[in-house]
Amino acid sequence: MDILKWTATELAAKIKNKEVTVMEAAQAVLDSIEKKERHYNCYITVDNEGIMKRAEDIQRRIDSGELTGRLAGVPVAIKDNMCTQGMLTTCASRMLGNFIPVFSSEAVLNLEKEGALIIGKTNMDEFAMGSTTETSAYGETKNPWDESRVPGGSSGGSAAAVAAQECFFALGSDTGGSIRQPASYCGVVGMKPTYGTVSRYGLIAYGSSLDQIGPISKDVTDCAAILEVLASHDKKDSTSIFRNDTDFTSALIEDVQGMRIGIPKDYLGEGLDAEVKEAVLRAAQVLKEKGAVVEEFDLSLVEYAIPAYYTIAAAEASSNLERFDGIKYGYRTRDYEGLHNMYKKSRSEGFGAEVKRRIMLGSFVLSSGYYDAYYLKALKVKALIKKAFDEAFSRYDLILGPVAPTTAPRLGESLADPIKMYLGDIYTISVNLAGLPAMSVPCGKDSQGLPIGLQLIGNCFQEKKIIQAAYTYEKARGVFGTPTAEKEKV
Amino acid sequence: MAKQYETVIGLEVHVELSTKTKIFCGCSTAFGGAPNTHTCPVCTGMPGSLPVLNKQVLEYAMAVGLATDCAITRYCKFDRKNYFYPDNPQNYQISQLYLPICKNGKVEIETAEGKKTVGIHEIHMEEDAGKLIHDEWEDCSLVDYNRSGVPLIEIVSEPDMRSAEEVIAYLEKLRMILQYLGVSDCKLQEGSMRADVNLSVREAGTEKFGTRTEMKNLNSFRSIKRAIEGERERQIELLEAGREVLQETRRWDDNKEESYAMRSKEDAQDYRYFPDPDLVPIVVSDEWIDEIRSRQPELRSEKMERYKREYDIPDYDIDIITGSKHMADIFEATVAISGQPKKAANWLMVETLRLLKENDMEPEDIRFSPENLAKLIKLTDEKVINSSVAKEVFEVMFDRNINPQVYIEEKGLKTVNDQNALRKTVEEVIEANPRSVEDYLNGKEKAIGFLVGQTMKAMQGKADPGMVNEILKLMLRNK
Amino acid sequence: MANVISDETIEYVGILAKLELSGEEKEQAKKDMGRMLDYIDKLGELDTADVEPMSHAFSVQNVFREDIVTNGDIRDEILSNAPGEKNGMFTVPRTFD
Ligand SMILES: [Mg+2]
Ligand SMILES: [Zn+2]
Repeated sequence: MDILKWTATELAAKIKNKEVTVMEAAQAVLDSIEKKERHYNCYITVDNEGIMKRAEDIQRRIDSGELTGRLAGVPVAIKDNMCTQGMLTTCASRMLGNFIPVFSSEAVLNLEKEGALIIGKTNMDEFAMGSTTETSAYGETKNPWDESRVPGGSSGGSAAAVAAQECFFALGSDTGGSIRQPASYCGVVGMKPTYGTVSRYGLIAYGSSLDQIGPISKDVTDCAAILEVLASHDKKDSTSIFRNDTDFTSALIEDVQGMRIGIPKDYLGEGLDAEVKEAVLRAAQVLKEKGAVVEEFDLSLVEYAIPAYYTIAAAEASSNLERFDGIKYGYRTRDYEGLHNMYKKSRSEGFGAEVKRRIMLGSFVLSSGYYDAYYLKALKVKALIKKAFDEAFSRYDLILGPVAPTTAPRLGESLADPIKMYLGDIYTISVNLAGLPAMSVPCGKDSQGLPIGLQLIGNCFQEKKIIQAAYTYEKARGVFGTPTAEKEKV
Repeated sequence: MAKQYETVIGLEVHVELSTKTKIFCGCSTAFGGAPNTHTCPVCTGMPGSLPVLNKQVLEYAMAVGLATDCAITRYCKFDRKNYFYPDNPQNYQISQLYLPICKNGKVEIETAEGKKTVGIHEIHMEEDAGKLIHDEWEDCSLVDYNRSGVPLIEIVSEPDMRSAEEVIAYLEKLRMILQYLGVSDCKLQEGSMRADVNLSVREAGTEKFGTRTEMKNLNSFRSIKRAIEGERERQIELLEAGREVLQETRRWDDNKEESYAMRSKEDAQDYRYFPDPDLVPIVVSDEWIDEIRSRQPELRSEKMERYKREYDIPDYDIDIITGSKHMADIFEATVAISGQPKKAANWLMVETLRLLKENDMEPEDIRFSPENLAKLIKLTDEKVINSSVAKEVFEVMFDRNINPQVYIEEKGLKTVNDQNALRKTVEEVIEANPRSVEDYLNGKEKAIGFLVGQTMKAMQGKADPGMVNEILKLMLRNK
Repeated sequence: MANVISDETIEYVGILAKLELSGEEKEQAKKDMGRMLDYIDKLGELDTADVEPMSHAFSVQNVFREDIVTNGDIRDEILSNAPGEKNGMFTVPRTFD
């Protein structure tokens, strides 16, 4: 019995049928972590002490019939920018190296209500700023398919942990592609829901108008099941939306007959790796063969998404990160003279280079005399981008494209040139600007065996269409495999 | 000839709203809790916490806007004002810059030269900051976030005022409106109403405004007056010396009675306002405005008119009583129970005002209940107690809001109506004061007053002086 | 590079953002910011004269809470992460206000 090979929903079903206990599942995950962590570094915190006791408690509640949910007893990893009461939450920053939240994020509470077993907190780019998980203050995470490569980011620890079977699923957050891109690099499924679907309460904000929590999972079925649990209308989050269509698992249907799918020509142009392009088009062909109507179209404005995004995200981040000042929590410098010196030293020592870079940029674009030219301009471009998507969705049910221009880059390659790194977000970023749902599904590997992700983008509140198409594609594609299986083959 | 200067003043008035909870979280706004006991992740800026707007704050702000003739903004947003200071846990204040809830209003004030209109530029909603306490023993300050997130409205006037007197008349007027609306208790001393003064001077007759300074930390009418006068002088002296007035923020020092510039390299005064992405826009419908208008309580001018119609009391009394919403409330409730407007007014106009003055209190500090005042009026009407006992009882009531009925029973203050007991005392007084008796009998009418007094004294005040007078006269006639 | 960031600008932004950069970091920051701004200047190619700026991607509005006290005293928790605490309050370097 290889517990680790099961998906989250399979494991939950077997726990329910008493084929396996929550404690056995927890132990399997702990063993896996024990074995692999020194290679991959997916986690910042593993709750070694508390996990077994909580597993027993969950088992008891399952046995008593109190917990009947689809994820009851399933071990899950949480990205370290989501608050977990009583459990270290660092945002992969020195700034929060000792921060123990006094409340849990709504998304985490929703999982706990369902009976999911939280194992620990995963590595990420510091404050979710980065695309490689190399900006973490706790060392980089390595891609389980190839340890010389990045897992992507910023939810790199979460994606790598799922791929490496160090958990059964994980939560990530996506501000500009931070769920979908690491999912793509790590060969797992990742979804960013419509803005407002999952409460942001307890998510340590990067770009508040763009941030959204979502699942990273082994397959589309898990993804739908997890999203169903995560989605809720939270009165503590003013941007949370009431929806009565969150029965996402009802969309696990193998059928794309007549579904209209558009591929933006701009997503296939210059900069896109040939092998990635080929894999994505092959996937499109699969959907076409299944009955979808697939065509290419001009989305327009694609090249404006990145500058608009970085202006807005940096501006919001510069303000969101002001609260880290060494007074209420977090890092305070040892020696200082007076208040402002304490602020400056604490923040300069507590934040890493990429975070400081974005705070500086964000402060600048909001500063007197530049607001209209940069920030306001970016908000207007955002409106135009949204309009372009509205037009596209008047013609198509889904937009299909790559997640990232390439497969996972080598460690250390990206940080040297930040703008080049930012350019890698070209296919994911406009989705956040427009508040849309989108999923990354593994659709092949390049000649070096590195996973490639297929992106499916839906209109607002159309997660079900995405899930249905992704599920259909996944069935047709067949088993994708795991890095462990690959290594065992060798 | 010396130049004539005109002072140009605009005011930014911060008013703490009297909601039960803070503007963006469910923490209590009650005064006086131990430090940080009225706090939560939201109002201490914990990572991951998010604000949700208290609807009452918005409706109070709209009510103030309607009462000051403002246009209500139909699509309104909150913005972040970014600056680092320890009393501000997020290091940004949630406020409104681009689309404040109310705009373009006005209020009318009375000045020495008659009525004058002061324009209201805008009213916006924002959150209050926490409190910094300076530790005497160690080289540090301490932060208490109990006030952090208490709702404020900031009422920004046009630069329409020309003197300290006008400024004070304007503040009095605002205070009256706010108290009548029941949206704030407006206590300057406690900081629930605070004014920042923007002041510039210009040569009389010129159109163009001079450079203005902003003065902060003014927490009494007295300091506002002093600060205005001092700043006017300072600016005129600068101009006379051929120097420039710098646009700056100055802080008023109440002890030294002077202001000083709050200049620091670290305070760049560049607040980088932008729409708060954690909050959603507010859309105000006609229906909503109508509803708030219909719920609007009677304001002072309306109340004064009604008192004139309904109660037979002097205009002077009406002016004083309606000069405080709290006093007017007590008056009306007392009248409703007792049906005695004149007597209720008298208690407020004479004894209440006297005691307030003696105790250095404001009408808002009145503690006795209308029920008890009505009881006292009834007890006097029914001659259960006489008027001097009533005054004594009132003093205790003013102090501790006692039930006069219970109090006079306990203290045995009831007027003695037993004719026999009275006669006996009167007889004793006549015995003991033969000189006065003789004076009276010899035609000195006034001497009876002394005898009444002696009788009242012997009765420990618990007699009806009229009745004593009658009995005395009767008994002396028989002498 | 079209946008040349001066020492003064970096100094000024450092004051706003409360960041103190070393000499080397400052040079890097000048370069980075200049390049980013050049890149952002691309937005200038678009005519947005008649476009309403969009803060949120779709219109959720009028989200309120009722004026009811829901929070109790959790002072110990609120202070539990404080680098400095005294008498139930957060300590900060001596501040004059
Ligand atoms: Mg203000
Ligand atoms: Zn609170």
